[in-house]
Amino acid sequence: MAAVETTYREALRQALIEAMTEDETVFVMGEEVGRYGGAYGVTKGLLEMFGENRVIDTPIAEAGIVGAAVGAAMTGSRPVVELMYIDFAGLTMDQVANQAAKSRYMFGGQIGVPMVLRMQGGTGRSAAAQHSQSLESWFTHVPGLRVVMPATVNDAYHLLRIALKCPDPVIFIEHKGLYVRKGTLDTERPDGAWGQSVIRREGADLTIVTYSRMVFEALAAAETLSAQGVSAEVIDIRCLNPLDDETLIRSVTKTGRAMVVTESVMTSGFAAELSARISERCFEHLEEPVLRVAGEDIPIPVSPALERGAVPSPQLIAETALWLVRRIAPSWAA
Amino acid sequence: MTAGGNKLLLEHYRTMRRIRSFEERVNELFVRGQSAGSMLHMSIGEESIAGVCRAMEPGDSFTTHHRGHGIFIARGADPKRMMSEIAGKSDGYCSGKGGSMHIADMTLGALGANAIVGGGIPHVVGAGLSYRNRRLPHVSVAFFGDGAAQQGILYEAMNMAALWKLPVVFCCINNQYGMGTRIDRAAANPNLHERAIACGLNGLTVDGSDVEEVHDAAERILGAARNGMPGFMVINCYRFYGHARLDKSPYREESEEVEGRKRDALANARKKLLARATADDAMLMQIDDDAEAEMNAAVDHAVAALSPPVDTMFRDVFAEGEPPPRPLRHHLSMILGEGR
Repeated sequence: MAAVETTYREALRQALIEAMTEDETVFVMGEEVGRYGGAYGVTKGLLEMFGENRVIDTPIAEAGIVGAAVGAAMTGSRPVVELMYIDFAGLTMDQVANQAAKSRYMFGGQIGVPMVLRMQGGTGRSAAAQHSQSLESWFTHVPGLRVVMPATVNDAYHLLRIALKCPDPVIFIEHKGLYVRKGTLDTERPDGAWGQSVIRREGADLTIVTYSRMVFEALAAAETLSAQGVSAEVIDIRCLNPLDDETLIRSVTKTGRAMVVTESVMTSGFAAELSARISERCFEHLEEPVLRVAGEDIPIPVSPALERGAVPSPQLIAETALWLVRRIAPSWAA
Repeated sequence: MTAGGNKLLLEHYRTMRRIRSFEERVNELFVRGQSAGSMLHMSIGEESIAGVCRAMEPGDSFTTHHRGHGIFIARGADPKRMMSEIAGKSDGYCSGKGGSMHIADMTLGALGANAIVGGGIPHVVGAGLSYRNRRLPHVSVAFFGDGAAQQGILYEAMNMAALWKLPVVFCCINNQYGMGTRIDRAAANPNLHERAIACGLNGLTVDGSDVEEVHDAAERILGAARNGMPGFMVINCYRFYGHARLDKSPYREESEEVEGRKRDALANARKKLLARATADDAMLMQIDDDAEAEMNAAVDHAVAALSPPVDTMFRDVFAEGEPPPRPLRHHLSMILGEGR
């Protein structure tokens, strides 16, 4: 099939449909995934196509849903759970971190848990503090989980397709602000392999490392920077586990400057992990400290004006890059 | 009296005797300092779960809690491999990665023992979905204690099982104690099966000191579950000893323990067998001796077995062939090693 223009949501939906068609053990369960079609419409129409045994509307019982998926995965099924908001993960964490993640290990390799836990996070819809978080580092801190965060339409499709073949539990984190975003889907050409960081824009002066929606904010910043003569390389890591840090190391070895951009709050976030790896491995190539440009250490406020201010913008990324590369201090610099 | 009658009771006796011997030998392994750690929860006093295990069919699956040694024995697990696992040895069920609280044997449908109170309960709902969707005739049984009955996850799981009419059984082994807290200090209504009935399940409580009663009830509950009516059974029993190996139960009266230990399914089965003249003393002593010999051999096996090589710690975090975790020494070498 030739490349087509479609949305992130449609790409996800197509991946689910193809996987369910190919593999009878795949089923979808979650709150409102059936008749309602999913809170963000990703599972729309699946109930009619696959019936209620394979598209299961559940009670509002996040821990029970994920726990049931773990048991189904242990017994030959391949469940896809939709957790409506990543913010609800708190209710599920025992089943995710102690059950799904550790079963293979604790039981000496006897029991795999091939399940996909889809959820969405991030800001952009004025959904306030309990429906807007970026909690990926909750999951990357637990050995045994794969964590992927697609930014592009093509990755939404391909990473979900691979996740649905993965023998281990995959935390698949979508971004609520990307569902209607359009892009090119080429079902025959993935952006990169599973666990491979991808260079979205080449550059020579600094490396911007990011993932999920911030890829687009970083690309917009790179465009601005380019007009000012600064060449930024933008890397989308796509998979937080398995993580390809070699691509980052090569890039920063070349540029000598690195900035990690995340929507999640700075303290103890995944930006710290990426920053540490770059600092450790590129120490003698670095001309400046590795910077983190991350969300403010605050709950996400509801007012659109406040919400926008709580997470990095293209302007903030560009200003910080200029400061880093050209030592041009932004207006807000102390 | 149940179908199969006296012969079946003799079989129950043998199973329960093997469980008792196993637990006593586990205790000994600990005393000798040859177990891996101190997390040993003995199921002495709970042996009548043998009746539930006997009602299960090949292909049925189950999850257990941290006090599940007896359930594994009753479902046919190999005591040598169990003991090796408890000792953290390479040929243990989980290659020395799980220990006492995480024994599993997929060939027996054992989906793993869980050390999070209530953690394994919802897995049977998912197993039930697998069986329903693939039209398999199996039942999945969750074993847990009265402590787990106070966890919210049980109610989510029971509701889903009833809502979707899944082939699932919740088996609550009420040994009266969640660690040091007696049931009457943890549950306003200690008739736990009533909660299941409220959720739309078959629910009943049986006397755990009578293995025949347990078996009869389990046959009924599992039979109904196999036909889409999930169930919940409470086995009322008494935890003879402390919560874990180091616990001397200072929170309960000795007189209570003396009374509690009279609720002994093993002793009761013995009495019945003698009274019914199904077996004589010599025959029962032979069973006892065989069990002791078997479990002593399991201990000897575990003590002699090899510890796992240290680099096996990186195995099984992910499936074989998938990108493995990066060992610390490798990470450090990339920073400080040659080619820097």
